[in-house]
Amino acid sequence: MKKRALAALAPLYLTTVTLVLLPMLYVLVLSLLTRDERFGVTGIWTLDNYRQLFSPTNMAIFLKSLKVALLTTLFTLAAGYPFAYAMAARPKQQRNLLLLLVIVPFWTSALMRTYGWMVLLRSNGLLNSLLQWTGLTDAPIKFLFNDGAVLFGMVYTFLPFMILPVYNALEKQDLSLREAARDLGAGPWRTFLTVTLPLTLPGVVSGFTMVFVPSIGMFFISDLMGGGTDMLLGNLINHYLHGGRDWPMGAALSMLLVAMTGLTMGLWRRVSGGTELGVL
Amino acid sequence: MKLLRRAARLIPGFYLLLTLAFIYLPVLVVIAFSFNQQPKGLMWTGFTTQWYPQLFANRQIMESFMNSLVVALWSCLIAAVVGSVGAVGLCRGKLRGNALLEGAATLPIMVPEIVLGLALMTTFSLVGIPRGMLTLVLSHSAFCIPYILLIVRARLAGLDPAYEEAARDLGAGPLRAFWDVTVPLIAPAILSGVLLAFAMSLDDVVISYYVSGAESPTFPVYVYSKLKTDVPPTINAMATVTLGVTFLAVALSRLINFRGEKKEEQNGPVPANL
Repeated sequence: MKKRALAALAPLYLTTVTLVLLPMLYVLVLSLLTRDERFGVTGIWTLDNYRQLFSPTNMAIFLKSLKVALLTTLFTLAAGYPFAYAMAARPKQQRNLLLLLVIVPFWTSALMRTYGWMVLLRSNGLLNSLLQWTGLTDAPIKFLFNDGAVLFGMVYTFLPFMILPVYNALEKQDLSLREAARDLGAGPWRTFLTVTLPLTLPGVVSGFTMVFVPSIGMFFISDLMGGGTDMLLGNLINHYLHGGRDWPMGAALSMLLVAMTGLTMGLWRRVSGGTELGVL
Repeated sequence: MKLLRRAARLIPGFYLLLTLAFIYLPVLVVIAFSFNQQPKGLMWTGFTTQWYPQLFANRQIMESFMNSLVVALWSCLIAAVVGSVGAVGLCRGKLRGNALLEGAATLPIMVPEIVLGLALMTTFSLVGIPRGMLTLVLSHSAFCIPYILLIVRARLAGLDPAYEEAARDLGAGPLRAFWDVTVPLIAPAILSGVLLAFAMSLDDVVISYYVSGAESPTFPVYVYSKLKTDVPPTINAMATVTLGVTFLAVALSRLINFRGEKKEEQNGPVPANL
């Protein structure tokens, strides 16, 4: 029995070690090496890359990414929680349809959906044409290529990541708990704040993880909607990899990203007890 | 007062519709404008289907699209085998290190994409595999495996072991029992996982951006490069085709998984969320 299980696991071990663990380990090694003048790396060990992480420019970008990721998470929570709540209150048939309607775009080409917003928002875009045609504005408004646009694009893209885990938590909740609170004299707000919300906290934390982790490393939304002027951690890594050809520095920044991810995931496991993220 | 209260009751439904409209708006705009006569200006000038034949006549676009399909098919095939066999292995023997293996195997969908892209790109360069179709297939396999692994594993966890035991009692060998009993039971989960992985592979920009060679861009990488420079008139048609294909794959994946769940509901516990 044991032998057979091991045989079944062999291919998974092989792919995990060669395609995941060794490459990740190599990033760690790279981050400790020195960049070669022309191309690639030399075999000289150093901690300089990590020291450079704390340079003022890098710190500024890091803090900005953190800010954008946190704001994205907050906005998706503010918009997503009411959605999940309203969804969970619907009859079963409708709930399943709504679930499908939220999940499908969630898995569908984020790049193409970002492009859709560019069509809508650019200066000769649909929204500006509409505004000028109705006479609300005279000149096109610059919706795109600023910090607000990046945040908007991120909130849009990651909204389903928040809705799904929160909805999962709400759907599992025993409605009689809320009724009991009401029977005992709590008003609707009190019931929500003392019963519903605390019980959905694991879902909220899962949502936080699902939104925060990918948004600190995101680069094509800021690249397209920020017009490249809006540098986030993801853009910076990309810059070192492609533009600067400084792999060790890119690797050190990636390790920072991995550390952030690990920290968030650890927090999530702590608070939610490792419940499913509920998105597959 | 009564009227006000009735109006207040409509708010949640209204909010649901509004948010859904927000989610679907850019998708609908892209689709609508793929049928617009004037390609770049954003005023509606008339209905046309001319961009679609133009799209299919463009060799560069079609080549990148074929690249994407080939990569997606190969990586899904690899992931289907490795992922579902691995899920069976994880569920059967309670071996030491299983939790660790599962954690490591699902890392590709946990860490930010750009990190995996960098890791794979630099590793391929170290080992000396030139960027191209092979590196694309290997990289996509890396992030396709977790989807199938997780979905099949959840289905297996909800499966009553009595089915296979009954087959064994009736004289089937272990392989026969597995093939004739367990495989048909987990087949919908495998299919659902494969469709999801297929959509993910077709869509992937970030990882492909790092591991594809200049000669073999995948379709999203091609589109990405075009979005940043000169936007071709066929772009809306391109986006519509991509959205359509992935939309179909994901919707099918959900439906299959959902029906599997429903069947399971009659027999026993349902794995949460999957």
